[in-house]
Amino acid sequence: MTATGPPPRPAADVVVQASGVDKEFPASGHGGRVVALQGIDLAIRRGEFVTLIGPSGCGKSTLLRLIGDLTGPTRGTVTVNGKPAHEARLGREYGMVFQAPVLFDWRTVERNVELPLEVMRRPRAERQARARELLALVELSEFGRHRPWQLSGGMQQRVAIARALALDPAILLMDEPFGALDEMTRERMNLELLRIWERTGTTVVFVTHSIPEAVFLSTRVVVMSARPGRITDVIEIDLPRGRSVETREVERYFELVTEVRESLRAEEREHAVGPAAGERARLEGLPA
Amino acid sequence: MASASPSAERTAAVAARDGIGRGRRTLGVVVLLLLLAVAWEGAKWLAGDPWRIHAGLAGIAIDYEHVPPFQIRLASDLNLPHLWTIAAAFAEPAQRNGPPLLGVLVQAAGFTFLEAAVGFAIGAVLGLVLAIVFVHVRLLERSLVPYVVASQTVPIIAVAPVIVVGLKAGWFSVALIASYLTFFPVTMGALRGLRAADPRTIELMRSYAAGTRDVLLKLRLPAAAPYIFTALKVSATASVVGAIIGELPSSIRSGLGGAILNLNQYYATGPARLWAAILVAAALGILFFTIVWLVERWVLTGRYRPEVEPA
Repeated sequence: MTATGPPPRPAADVVVQASGVDKEFPASGHGGRVVALQGIDLAIRRGEFVTLIGPSGCGKSTLLRLIGDLTGPTRGTVTVNGKPAHEARLGREYGMVFQAPVLFDWRTVERNVELPLEVMRRPRAERQARARELLALVELSEFGRHRPWQLSGGMQQRVAIARALALDPAILLMDEPFGALDEMTRERMNLELLRIWERTGTTVVFVTHSIPEAVFLSTRVVVMSARPGRITDVIEIDLPRGRSVETREVERYFELVTEVRESLRAEEREHAVGPAAGERARLEGLPA
Repeated sequence: MASASPSAERTAAVAARDGIGRGRRTLGVVVLLLLLAVAWEGAKWLAGDPWRIHAGLAGIAIDYEHVPPFQIRLASDLNLPHLWTIAAAFAEPAQRNGPPLLGVLVQAAGFTFLEAAVGFAIGAVLGLVLAIVFVHVRLLERSLVPYVVASQTVPIIAVAPVIVVGLKAGWFSVALIASYLTFFPVTMGALRGLRAADPRTIELMRSYAAGTRDVLLKLRLPAAAPYIFTALKVSATASVVGAIIGELPSSIRSGLGGAILNLNQYYATGPARLWAAILVAAALGILFFTIVWLVERWVLTGRYRPEVEPA
């Protein structure tokens, strides 16, 4: 992966394709159904870093789980590398990172990273070599023999990222991976994730609540709205690659943060009902 | 990057705490035993039978008589022998010209221990297998768990003759009776433990397209280990009880159950000997529990998050 320049975007290079996806859940109690996602169309190209952002309950995690075949769509299709998501999962094309590291306490850090390779019945020597390589990538080489519970939260999450990369996944699915970390650690982890992404060239789908995080990390930000969950806006992040701490101080960065924020707020306004909300919308529309 | 020292410090702190904990625990056990002895003899002092010492020690004649202020039948020498009478009973021969009772009881305890250990092993395996089946086949869980529970409501003393007489398998039928008491805690504990894994870890395994076997061996069983060991500790003591009770209807006289049955018949003339057998049975249960506890520590320590003790 080159360090600079715009992302490559030939149409044939689509990794994830969601077409006309609806997802409904049975509502508790009254036998009705809650529409979690409606009419989702989304194409993600190889090597992209796409962030899903939106208010709580907008279905961004559900969309991520649909891509990863941890749940199925009610209507529509999700394909990964041209195959149904289900086949892609059986083909082990995913790396998952959750909000919590969910490491196995009874395994050392190194053996946690080896876990997916064990499931794939890879030989021991290969597993160990790969685990060491990945721990070096996330800068945890000295901690291979530690137990997960002996590491800090940020370090544990880095182990989880190393584990997710073990299978060399076609696509890395990250569900608010840094949501439980403090702001300082989070910014450091953002930089580290970008470095890993640029080194590995993996396609990343990333769910977050944080606008600055979304802008800093992504090549594209997908803005979603709640009830029903829909994609309302897709914002290209044209900041150059090789982003660093300074990127957060660039004029264009602030413009994009504002753009994402307004896009989210526009959604809120559109959905607001009643005179109080209308009043607020009118006031916000007044002086800039 | 953070250094390794925080975790090293934590490990040291845990070790120090464990050291203090062990000392305190031993002290606690000693104090508790002393209190029990004081309560026992205190009850006899207040409400037992009168006693007197009439002896000469180093040329001084000792003649002391104690008449307790109250008389309660429970504290009589027949029901609650003096601790020194029990201690003496260990040293006296069980039968005329036979070996001392202690030797007889320890040998009997060894026999019962083997029955209990075999029963424990069978019960533990059966319990674990049942739990694994139940976790994977919901239908079987729903239909069979009520029977598993019902099996434990039947008094073991009623089931024992059926197995002993029906199988005619000698000590092995006793082991089977012990396993009847053993498998239940293991089934329940393992069932809870096999479901204890974080749901996201199950999703993680799904994302690797891991099969049922991998999920069981790499995730569910290791996550269940602390629960299974808790159940095994309950089962260890239960298997000793099961073995002793199993011996009663059988014609086996080599175990503790046989010894207790025998000494029961001579209770009126030698209650201290039955108490001696009770103490040995209790010690056997504690010994078995301790063995399982040691194995648990050996397996779990360092591999699992240390328990946080309340401040």
